[in-house]
Amino acid sequence: MSHKDDLALMAHLMRRAGFGANRAELERCVAQGYEATVEELLNPPVENEGGKMALLLRYHPSFLLPGGVPFSGQANWMYNMVSSDRPLEEKMTLFWHHVFATGNSKVDNCDQLLEQIDMLREQGMGNYRDILIELSKNPAMIFWLDNNENHRDAVNENWGRELLELFSMGVSNYTEVDVRECSRAFTGWTIQAKLPRAPYGRYPWKFTYNEADHDFGEKTFLGRTGNFNGEDIIDIILEEPATSRFICRHLYNFFVADEPQVPAWTIEPARDEDALEEMMDVFEQSGFEMKAVLRHMFLSQWFKDARYQKIKSPAEVVAGTLRMVGLFENPDPGVLNIGKEPTYMGQSILDPPSVEGWHTGLEWINSGALLARINFVADRVSNPELPGMRDIIDNMQAEGVATADHLLDACTDYMGFVELSEETRGQLAEHVRAGGDVDWSNRTATATRVGETMALISATTEFQFG
Amino acid sequence: MTSTKKDPVIVVLQLTGGNDYFNTVIPYNDSLYYDNRPTIRYEREDIIPVNDELGFMPTMGPIKEMFDEGKVAVIHGIGYADSPRSHFRSMDIWHTCEPDKVGTEGWAGRVARELDPNKENVLTAINFGHGLPRALAVPGVPVAAIADLSTYGLLTGIADADQRSKALDLFSKMYSPTVGGSFVNDYLRSTGTDAMVGADIVKVAPERYSSNVEYPNSPIAMHLRDIAQVYMADLGTKIFYTQHGSFDTHAGEAAAHPVLWKEVSEAVSAFFQDMQEHNTGENIVMYLFSEFGRRVRDNGSGTDHGAAGAAFVIGDPVKGGFYGEYPSRKAEDLEQGDLVPNYDFRGAYSTIVEDWMGMDANPIVNGAFPKLDLIK
Repeated sequence: MSHKDDLALMAHLMRRAGFGANRAELERCVAQGYEATVEELLNPPVENEGGKMALLLRYHPSFLLPGGVPFSGQANWMYNMVSSDRPLEEKMTLFWHHVFATGNSKVDNCDQLLEQIDMLREQGMGNYRDILIELSKNPAMIFWLDNNENHRDAVNENWGRELLELFSMGVSNYTEVDVRECSRAFTGWTIQAKLPRAPYGRYPWKFTYNEADHDFGEKTFLGRTGNFNGEDIIDIILEEPATSRFICRHLYNFFVADEPQVPAWTIEPARDEDALEEMMDVFEQSGFEMKAVLRHMFLSQWFKDARYQKIKSPAEVVAGTLRMVGLFENPDPGVLNIGKEPTYMGQSILDPPSVEGWHTGLEWINSGALLARINFVADRVSNPELPGMRDIIDNMQAEGVATADHLLDACTDYMGFVELSEETRGQLAEHVRAGGDVDWSNRTATATRVGETMALISATTEFQFG
Repeated sequence: MTSTKKDPVIVVLQLTGGNDYFNTVIPYNDSLYYDNRPTIRYEREDIIPVNDELGFMPTMGPIKEMFDEGKVAVIHGIGYADSPRSHFRSMDIWHTCEPDKVGTEGWAGRVARELDPNKENVLTAINFGHGLPRALAVPGVPVAAIADLSTYGLLTGIADADQRSKALDLFSKMYSPTVGGSFVNDYLRSTGTDAMVGADIVKVAPERYSSNVEYPNSPIAMHLRDIAQVYMADLGTKIFYTQHGSFDTHAGEAAAHPVLWKEVSEAVSAFFQDMQEHNTGENIVMYLFSEFGRRVRDNGSGTDHGAAGAAFVIGDPVKGGFYGEYPSRKAEDLEQGDLVPNYDFRGAYSTIVEDWMGMDANPIVNGAFPKLDLIK
C-alpha cells in the first residue's frame, strides 16, 4: 500500500472509531501501524484525557450541573466528543446512547443524564453484563422507564419491556408473559425518594434496592422458573442467542455499514450475515466483552473495505467538522451552540425522540436536515482563520499545491480522503479549473479559494457518508 | 389574502407517545371510570360535559368551543387488532398502514405522490419539526422539513452573491438525476434538489403573512403558526404535518396530561381563528391521532401502553359529533386490560383521502376500509 492508502485507511478507522483525525494525528497513527492504533483506541494510555472538562468548566462552570438547561448539557457532551483524546471511549458512549436512548423530554434533569453518559463512558467498553446491570441501576433510566413506579403490588411494565425489546433481544423473541415476569423481577429497583425541587433546586438521584417492594414470588421467564431477581433475568437474557445477534447487529450498523431500521430486523436479512456471525462468536466466546468484539471488527477486512458505507449521524458531522477545523481548542462562548447543532440536523443528543432512539442511515437525510448539514460544514471550512483550516492551508502551501486539479485533490484528502464519484469530481474540477492555477503570492485569495472548494465538497452527496 | 375557491388541504397533528383516550374523552357517568382510575383521573366536577355520557378532560375548553360550533368530529375506539403496545412498531403501523409487516412507504407521502406525480411542487408536503416522520417518507417524493421557517436556506454562509450563485449552480448540477444510479444515490440527489428549490420558494412566506391572531408560546403553537404562514403564502402545499408530545404518561400523568392538552387545544384554536380571519377555513381539515390509547387501569402514577384510542377531525368542512362507539369498559370485554379497538384507523385515512381530498383511498391505505360520513 502507498503512504496515501495508509493514510486513507487510517482516516476511515479514526472516523468510525472516533470523530475523525487531522493530518498530524493520521501520520502518527500510520507510523505506529494499524493494529497498534486499534489497540491504543481500545486501551488508551491513562495520561490521555477524555473530554477536557477542567478547561470547559473553568470557562463555563454551569455546564457541570446544567439541571434544567438542556443546551448546556448537550454542549457539555459535544465538547467531550470534540476534545477527547480517548475517541473510541467517547464513540462507544454515543453508541450506547443510541441503543439505551434516554431523553430529557421526560427526565427533565440534565445532571442525571450526564451522570448516565459518564456511566456509559466508564463501562461502555467493558462487559455487556456489567453494562446491563449498571443500566438497570441508573437513576435516569429508572425514572425514564418508570421503574420507580414498578411495585410489588402494582407492576409497571415499561422498563421490563424495553430491556427485552430495545436493550437486549429485540422484538418477537419473548411473550407478553415474559415482559410481565421480567418486570416483576425488577420490582424494588428504584431511586431514593425525590425531594421537592424548591427551594434548593435539584439534588442527585440515587439508586436504591427496596427489598420490601420486591416481588419475591416465583417467576417463569423465557421457559425458566425460579425466584428470579433482576440479575437473574439479565443472566437468562445473555443465554439467548437473540441477544448477541441484536447487540452485534447494532454494532455493525453503528460502526461498519448501514443496516435497515431496527424494527425491520426480524424480517430483513443482515447486510453481511457472515460478518455478523463472526462478531456473535467472538462476543459469546469472550463472555460478552465489548473490547473483544470491537477489536475483531476493526481488524476485519470487511471493516476496512466498508469506507463511506454509512451516512454520518448529525453528532458525527458536528464533532468531526469541529475537530477538523480546530474548534474548540478553547471553549469560547460559542461552545454553548455546539450542543444545539446536531438538533438542527435531526439528532437532539440527550433527548432522542423516544426510547427507540433514532432511525439512522438514509433516514438522517431529508431536505431540512441536508440543508443544515451542508450549511454547518460549509460555514466552518470556508473560514481560513480557524486553526485547523490555517494548518491545512499552510500544509498545502508547503506541499506546493499548484494546479486547480491538485488543489481539488488536496481538499478532498484533507477532508478525510473523501471518495468522490468520477462524475462529481469532474463537475467540481470544471468549477475549480475556472479559477486557474493556484497563486500563493496572494495567500488571502487562495485561502478563500480553498475554503470555497471545501464548502462545495461538503455539499456533495459523497460527503454525507463517513 | 382571501380565498373562496375550495382547495382541500390537510394538517396532521400527531400526538406522540400514546394519548390516554380514557382520560381524554371521558365516560364520566360510568362508575368503571372511577373504579379503574383510583389515582389518575379527572374529577367529575372538572370534566367538561359534552353529552349525558361523555365529557372532555378539563383543559380541552377551546376544543369544546369548536365542538359546540359543530367543527369537531371525535372518532371512538380507533386502532387495529393485536396492538404490539410498542411505540416504535405502533407508530410505524399508523404511518405505513401495514400492521402485518414492516412498510417502507408512508401514507401521507403516498397522498403527496398522487397529488403531484411529476414532482412539480417540492412543497406539496411539509413536516414542521426536526427530521421526517415515516408517514411522509416515500422514496422519491419530495418532502421539506422545516424546523424553523425564519432560518431556512442553502449555503447561506457564502456572502458574495456572485460566488453563491455559482455555487448553487454547481450544486444543482451535482444533484441532478443520473441514469442507473443506486437507490441511495437517487434519494440523496432528489432530496438535495428539493431542498434547494424548496428553500428558494418558501422564504417568501413570512413576508407575505400578517395576522391579528396571537398564538400562545408553546412548540406546537409555533409550528402551527409556521404552517399558517406557509399556507397563506399560497405555495401549493397540500399536506402539513407536525407533532406534539410526549404523551407517554407512564408516570406523572396527573401533572403532564393537562398541560399537553392545554397546549394542543390553545394552539389548534389559535390556528383556526387565524384561518377564519383569512377566510380560508373551508379549505382546511385537521386530523389528530396518537399511536395507541393507554391501559384502562392506572398504575398508581400513570398508565401503561394500551390499544384503542380516539382521533379528532377538525375544521369547517367537518360534520361535528361523535362517531362509532366507545369500546366497552367491562372487565370481561378488555383484552390484556385494554380497550379493544372497534374502528380501523385506515378507515379514518380513507375518509379524509376520499371524501375530503377527492382521491381513491385504496392504494393509499392498501385496501378498502369502512369510512365515516363526517365530511360535509
